Amino acid sequence: MPTDPTPAIDIVGLAKRYGDRTVLAGLDLTVPTGTVTALLGANGAGKTTTVSILATLLPADGGTARVLGHDVARRPQAVRRLIGVTGQLSAVDPLLTVAENLRLMADLFHLPRAEGRRRTAELVERLGLADAVRTPGQQLSGGMRRKLDLAMTLVGGPQVVFLDEPTTGLDPRARHDLWDQVRALVAGGVSVLLTTQHLEEADQLADSVAVLHGGRLVAHDTPAGLKAAHDTGSLDDVFLALTAPGDAAEVA
Amino acid sequence: MTAAAPAPAPLPAGPSGPARAAGDLATMSRRSLLRMVRYPSLTVLIVGTPVVLLLLFVYVFGGAFGAGVAPGVSPGAAGRAAYLAYILPAVLVITAASVAQSTAISVAMDMTGGITTRLRTMPVAPVSVLGGHVVGAVVQTLLATAGVLGVAVLLGYRPGARGPDWLGLAAFSALFALMLAWLSVAMGAAARSVESASNTPMVLLLLPFLGSGFVPVDTMPTAVRVVAEHQPFTPVIETVRGLLGGGPLEASTTWTAVAWCLALTVLGWLWARSAYRRPRV
Repeated sequence: MPTDPTPAIDIVGLAKRYGDRTVLAGLDLTVPTGTVTALLGANGAGKTTTVSILATLLPADGGTARVLGHDVARRPQAVRRLIGVTGQLSAVDPLLTVAENLRLMADLFHLPRAEGRRRTAELVERLGLADAVRTPGQQLSGGMRRKLDLAMTLVGGPQVVFLDEPTTGLDPRARHDLWDQVRALVAGGVSVLLTTQHLEEADQLADSVAVLHGGRLVAHDTPAGLKAAHDTGSLDDVFLALTAPGDAAEVA
Repeated sequence: MTAAAPAPAPLPAGPSGPARAAGDLATMSRRSLLRMVRYPSLTVLIVGTPVVLLLLFVYVFGGAFGAGVAPGVSPGAAGRAAYLAYILPAVLVITAASVAQSTAISVAMDMTGGITTRLRTMPVAPVSVLGGHVVGAVVQTLLATAGVLGVAVLLGYRPGARGPDWLGLAAFSALFALMLAWLSVAMGAAARSVESASNTPMVLLLLPFLGSGFVPVDTMPTAVRVVAEHQPFTPVIETVRGLLGGGPLEASTTWTAVAWCLALTVLGWLWARSAYRRPRV
């Protein structure tokens, strides 16, 4: 894979502890621009912690993390202008309608009125929310709410998008719809860091797959490369082999 | 194959510093007010509870209690009128406190749901996120207390306040509402769950009872009376009573009330800020 001089995400030696529990023990990870990298790992492996540090929500205990060259600890506001985050929690206002939620985002990004209207109209069209513009957030189905969530994330035109388990709880059709949206984003030049429990999702979307175990990466390759290295046709097998309990010390 | 989404357009630079914070505060305040419009049943509930309290106290207890707060008044209708006038300031304070409870719940829902997390990943002025709730709460408090005051007038209450008294009442109410708003926003932001956010402000609803709101404090046992005389709601209630009645204000009581409001506003603001800054994953 060609490495851009300024990668979308560049993490070196990232460390994070919660009390006595070490979650990240020197994580290194580079995500080139215009690609999707999937971050896999067991529950509690530190996927969400990594995204939270990159999204300026959480301070790291050590190491550096940069988004398009900006240090997340030193220049959080510069980073916030470049990123979009869709997390596990639904980040839509349940009382406001789809249109009002999007308008709220456009206003908070200080888009000129006409530009805000153009962008939200385009997102409503692209994400298939046109029939629901006047529906309050709390009355949307899970799939529609996730689409609104993604649309809100995209109003600011982020160049790096974090998707933290974006399809958890969605039915297969809604999940495929969301995958199409992610592919369209990447085709438009956006870089994506995806965390997921669905290995098929990683296989479908990711240019590269990074496996987090024991606070570090134990593998980082293309889905095909990982499968070939482990002599299997399934990322499930790769995941199980790499994240066996008690293995962390040896692989580290 | 999927069509490519348009390449991301870079964000316009937009205003910075105080101008950005002011713009964000206006946006978040508008959101709070819009939520109020979208959820009118909550406002009805906020006004409904004190109105029920007012009806209950005036029509059930008032006939007998009137003589206790206005010596010489005969039981029955005259007692009810006297008691209505006596408890109205406390009922208005309770109205403000019930807005505080709903504010704390709204803030806790924002904090525990994803909305606050989203805002923290955006280039939004941090003060606007909680400040929008504060502005919304102040507006809601002023509307709700005006509504309850209107009901009292329908029940026969006749305020003695004149022009300057009304101005003073409006200014004092705004200060009191600001204090309650920051305290309740802090309670909501510090709460671990929406349930605990709805419980903490109960203290604000109960304190008016432990004071001069419903019976004169000199009828209470000494220990209770000392607490009642020195808790912040008592000078607030007495100040509202003075302004509404149009009578002369006792300067020390008024300044005590203003000092309590200012001090608790600052405390609420500091508490809210530290709760908001606490990292959450």
